[in-house]
Amino acid sequence: MSAAEIEAADTVGARPPKARRPSSRFLRSELKLIFGRRRNIAGLGVLAAVPIILGLSIRFSNDTGQGDGGIFGQITSNGLFVGLAALTVELPLFLPLAVGVIAGDSVAGEASVGTLRYLLATPVQRTRLLAVKYTSIVISAAFAVLLIAVVGVGLGLVLFGAGPVTLLSGTQVSTGEGIWRLVLVCGYLTVCLAAFGAIGLFISTLTEQPVGATIGVVGLAIISQILDAVPQLSAIGPYLPTHYWLNFGDLLRDPVATDQITPGLISAVVYTVIFLTAAWARFGGKDITS
Amino acid sequence: MTSPVTATHADTTTPARHLLAGAAAVTSSGLTKRFRGGQIAVNNIDLAVPAGSVYGFLGPNGSGKTTTIRMLLGLVRPTSGSHTVLGGRIPEDSQAVLPRVGALVEGPAFHPYLSGRDNLRRLDAADRTADPRTCGPRIAGALERVGLSAAAAKRYRNYSLGMRQRLGIAAALLQPRELLILDEPTNGLDPQGTREVRSLITELSASGVTVMLSTHLLSEVEQVCTHVGVMHIGKLVAQSRLSDLRAQSAPRIRVQADRPDLAAAALARLGLTEIVTGADDVTAQLGPADPADVNAALVTDGIRVRAFGLVPVNLEDVFVTLTGEGFGVSG
Repeated sequence: MSAAEIEAADTVGARPPKARRPSSRFLRSELKLIFGRRRNIAGLGVLAAVPIILGLSIRFSNDTGQGDGGIFGQITSNGLFVGLAALTVELPLFLPLAVGVIAGDSVAGEASVGTLRYLLATPVQRTRLLAVKYTSIVISAAFAVLLIAVVGVGLGLVLFGAGPVTLLSGTQVSTGEGIWRLVLVCGYLTVCLAAFGAIGLFISTLTEQPVGATIGVVGLAIISQILDAVPQLSAIGPYLPTHYWLNFGDLLRDPVATDQITPGLISAVVYTVIFLTAAWARFGGKDITS
Repeated sequence: MTSPVTATHADTTTPARHLLAGAAAVTSSGLTKRFRGGQIAVNNIDLAVPAGSVYGFLGPNGSGKTTTIRMLLGLVRPTSGSHTVLGGRIPEDSQAVLPRVGALVEGPAFHPYLSGRDNLRRLDAADRTADPRTCGPRIAGALERVGLSAAAAKRYRNYSLGMRQRLGIAAALLQPRELLILDEPTNGLDPQGTREVRSLITELSASGVTVMLSTHLLSEVEQVCTHVGVMHIGKLVAQSRLSDLRAQSAPRIRVQADRPDLAAAALARLGLTEIVTGADDVTAQLGPADPADVNAALVTDGIRVRAFGLVPVNLEDVFVTLTGEGFGVSG
């Protein structure tokens, strides 16, 4: 150590860095960025339009669909099912697309406009940056799911009214119990999409092109669903990230059928842990040349 | 940009004065970056930026300046070597020292669909040392300082290149800083803006802030810097006080005569080197010779001398000597 370095070292304590107590300021800024962006608002509009189109078209068509059973068959008997039907319709593509856009943009978007280097030089610790980015992805996913459910249920109640809910297992429960089941469904889907978002975050750390990251992660969701549909590949099915998504219907049985829900939750947690770790390992030591 | 210094910036002097006691704001030893693919961007450089100095980090485009700055800020990891910023090691002490460093790296970069003010607000929100209660006045002060108050609410995408550059400097001034690392801060600015930025640098330096100014413009270094480090193809080929560099460079002698060829012969006989004969003059490296002897020799030879004198040291020549070429693009 040279004399200059020793002298310089003395000044480290000269002005102690006064990191303030943890606050949600950066996270709020991130959410403002996401929800203030016109593209994302338009995306939310599309998500919300699906239950509206679904509800109106069933209400004003002659075919009531009565007797079909399942989620769609129940729509006319109870407004709650409009929300559930909309979630079912949007789960294969629209919801992964919404999460994929936010997740793909998370790190790659900052890299592509160059703001990443300024955030890191501010300084924002890399782990903290990933934590804030991932938290905002999960909040966005939860918001998207709730938006569909709330719009669907709200419109459903107006068009078809409330009343006792007939579960998929045939049991009738109160409206309150029905709403509780719907909340459980939203929670389960959020956990599934959060795992998917972790994959998106990881892909976003690999590139400086947000659109590329989004295409990559949405493509992954589609490939996963295709592979899951091939009978000859049933052996790998349970390991695919989308395999248990549609099992949210099990939450609408009495009693709740957990034989698919539990592995679904475990699969989501495992995917989340693996890909958050991968994102951290990748991003932690990456040279930021953007 | 000549607006009064805001309250937030006034207290930058206190910590900086402490540093002035001979400490170094930036040091590096053997700092090297080899990118994947084997290309050496920065080759074993030993930086020493004295606290309180305005350090001109000079070099042609592609000479490794920006990669060095990226390493200083912890964005790029050195292949070997180490460095300190404000006495802290990077990346270990980044969280402690970087809040005291304002930086403009490779041009400004902001979210295009946010206003200038909202962009600064976002950077401030990310800074854990920033006090949210003073955020508004600090942003207003920084914008005022770079002359952007009128365009604060305008979207960044509608900013001109000069306005973007100013916003980048405003971001570096959001907090009181001890060190400013400015990479080509006058890029894209008109002559008026360039003058404003240079006077801002002088003003900040006078208040005790150390400034590391990366540039490929020699005139910029001559006008505002006290120290200079010259980069060339990844190497730091010179580093000293600007005045020392001027002094150490060898003076040249210039003789205007009727017969430059005869004058050149006389100079050669006296042992002067690097003789360049022009149409009506001849210049040469004076070396240890006494100008008086040279003059006497010319008279003895019967050469009619019209003008005789030492050529003032031209820094450009010094740097061309150091880098072996002009300030084009390094390979």
